[in-house]
Amino acid sequence: MESIPLTGTPVLEARGVTKRFAGVTALDAVDFAVRPGESIALMGENGAGKSTLIKVLTGVYQPDEGELLLSGDTTSFARPLDAQKSGVSTIYQEVNLVPLMSVAQNIYLGREPKNRLGLIDFRRMYADARALLTEYGIQVDVRRPLRSLALGVQQMVALARAVSINASVVIMDEPTSSLEAREVETLFRVIDLLRGRGIAIIYVSHRMDEIYRVCDRVTVLRDGKVVHVGDLHALPRLELVSLMLGKSVEKVDRGGLTAFHAANSSDAPPVLVAENLSRKHQIDGIGFSIRPGEVVGLGGLLGSGRSETLKALSGVMQLDSGSVTVGGKTVRSGSVPAAIRAGIVMLPEDRKSEGIVPNLSVRDNIVLAALPKLSSAGFTSKRKQDAVVDVFIKRLHIKVSSPDQIVSELSGGNQQKVMIARWLAMTPKVLLLDEPTRGIDVGAKAEVQALIDELAHEGLAIVLVSSEVEEVVEGSARVVVLRDGSIATELLGENVNENSLLAALAGERETGQADTEPAAGDTAPDETLAKVTK
Amino acid sequence: MTQPTISTRMPSRASALGILQRYGVYIAIVLLLIYNLFFTPNFFAIDNFRTQFVQVVPVLIVALGMALVIGTEGIDLSVGAVMALAASVIPLYIGYGVIPAVLIAIFVGAVIGAFNGIMVALIGVQPIVATLAVMVAGRGLALLIANEQLKSVTDPGVLALGRDNLLGVPYSVIIAAVLVGAVALLVHKTTFGKQLIAVGGSRRASELAGLPVKRILLLTYVLAAGLAAVAGVIGTARLGASVPSTIGNLIELSAITAVVVGGTPLTGGQVKVLGTVAGALLLQFISATLIKHNVPDAYSQIAQAVIILVAVYIQRGKVSVR
Repeated sequence: MESIPLTGTPVLEARGVTKRFAGVTALDAVDFAVRPGESIALMGENGAGKSTLIKVLTGVYQPDEGELLLSGDTTSFARPLDAQKSGVSTIYQEVNLVPLMSVAQNIYLGREPKNRLGLIDFRRMYADARALLTEYGIQVDVRRPLRSLALGVQQMVALARAVSINASVVIMDEPTSSLEAREVETLFRVIDLLRGRGIAIIYVSHRMDEIYRVCDRVTVLRDGKVVHVGDLHALPRLELVSLMLGKSVEKVDRGGLTAFHAANSSDAPPVLVAENLSRKHQIDGIGFSIRPGEVVGLGGLLGSGRSETLKALSGVMQLDSGSVTVGGKTVRSGSVPAAIRAGIVMLPEDRKSEGIVPNLSVRDNIVLAALPKLSSAGFTSKRKQDAVVDVFIKRLHIKVSSPDQIVSELSGGNQQKVMIARWLAMTPKVLLLDEPTRGIDVGAKAEVQALIDELAHEGLAIVLVSSEVEEVVEGSARVVVLRDGSIATELLGENVNENSLLAALAGERETGQADTEPAAGDTAPDETLAKVTK
Repeated sequence: MTQPTISTRMPSRASALGILQRYGVYIAIVLLLIYNLFFTPNFFAIDNFRTQFVQVVPVLIVALGMALVIGTEGIDLSVGAVMALAASVIPLYIGYGVIPAVLIAIFVGAVIGAFNGIMVALIGVQPIVATLAVMVAGRGLALLIANEQLKSVTDPGVLALGRDNLLGVPYSVIIAAVLVGAVALLVHKTTFGKQLIAVGGSRRASELAGLPVKRILLLTYVLAAGLAAVAGVIGTARLGASVPSTIGNLIELSAITAVVVGGTPLTGGQVKVLGTVAGALLLQFISATLIKHNVPDAYSQIAQAVIILVAVYIQRGKVSVR
């Protein structure tokens, strides 16, 4: 890549920006700057403040404190349109154009070339659109409606539109999440082109390979604060991941503490075997097996496919190919009832909207799935229900005033226990847990973790997904690490420790081994390209 | 280890608004009856109450089905059209006897309900759109079947259904009472009822809990239309004529009003059967009161509109439990 002078005034800068929502500080005195022709990666895990920062930069939110500068001058965007007029454009994951209008109309929407009569000069519009797209190496019939094109091309059209409105900064939020590999390459070429013209790129993605391919600087956010700003290629992947997760690399190996599951990894036949689970753009060829009494952690950064894998196993997501078998029998894909019948149950990530039924009582929530079993001839039996409900309230220590208490009055931890009780009432074989302790206070968290352990000891097979490295490491006997929708590696025995997991998440073969530092970014594209295609 | 986990915290929800939300409809009925006791001559007479109950039957039966649909976070605008269809097929099959004709009328209603259910549950059309289409097309179909003609029904069995009593209680009122009991039982004591309410409370959570959400929705619309067909049969019996052009006109509005006034929220997840009965009675008593004081019918309609607004306003201020 040609080196572009990176000194000079930032084209867009945020100084000391603070943003609070109902007492929660989403951004805390954040400084952020991007210079012409620069491509900067904005990194951070869930809740780090990335999207809030982007919304401040594009005028969706107003900062509570701090200021924005445009080419060195103080400015403020009262609404998104102001930011656009000032040359700040955003390309979102989903293309937000008019699907039924033609490609050319979309590019020139609101600023169509007019002829002498004040009508749209279609001929010129088509010619201009064609010329514009050809510049970026895109050959399409610009008269076709936008929706008839592949998603990648649509995104390119959105990009062309953004740039042709004199953009000086283009913000890309997960631009490749729905693109084919070939389309990704086109996008990267276009990004290089834009940078050559002095347009600044702010790039948000969870895909490490892309970040290192596209960006030369990085700003890392964590808990609303900037924790690192600097040259990306001087920062090994492992360090980047530890910065994002807030774990230090030098942390002492705590392998000794994780051995307590060794007794469970017996040589009993596996209860669940997943083979080659694949779905376009989500997961690709994931396979693993799990024995009774085993806790398998699914490691991975956000967007690595960990939640999608659980959804595939639990029948929420239809698979394109691959199979799930329980006890030797294949489970029909894409059917939650079929998965439950086979003994696979899932605690969903979003407890409030996908787990509990908020207006129902604790009793009704616990028996929800098992209701047909607790009824006779279609009529519910309070006696049968009470037997189950009382047992689980006592056993899981669910704190309720009575089983008839409305579930939404309970604390997060108790709601989670209600969800676990709902599934235990189905006597499952495999329990899938997606972020089981998110949004739960510390005491309840320890309780839930102890409960998971206890259930495993009783012979339940458990798959654990958590964005907390500690939780995965301490809870699992084995960790399957996912990256970009595929299995990157599997950690066993003593390797189940925070350092190894961080290294695996970062995509490095060995702890501490950094990428070869490219000199002035000259060799970087080729090297990372080799990684992409490997 | 096994210490008691029952805490003593009781939610206090005894606010004035809470009382209005829970008992507003009953309070309104009592107030209205007290007013009539003093200011309306001949209101408190057995005959008058018999008339009131007979008149409320169609709206009440339709409202029962509507309450189930609203409990799933849906709505059914096609109930009036279903009544018309039921009415239109009775003269065609009355030759086979009362029971076959009535069963066929209810079956036709159930088929329309299945159509609504398929549109909503399987195809994913919004309930208001799907049932609006059926509301328009259904009445058209009924008029086609009836050749756009009023047909008098002279079968003694059908007429008895509309006019005769058992121990002083009209048959239609007995049927309505039985249906109220059946729907209450369905909602509170059956697996299906519990699942219906769960689907209305959170469709996503119900799907993830493995509930047959589509089947539940489908069956709910079938039940609602089946009940509307019963109302159509009773309406026809009372008139002694099949009048597809007018029977059940605007009944969907009265039914929705009764359900909402009765405390069932439009956001789903709850079905108040007794409240729905009270809601239908309140509407009936209000219009009867106005009629007895010679207030034009137009005012009765305006009164209905005001009640619906007040009821929805009270519900909107629902004490959010969180």
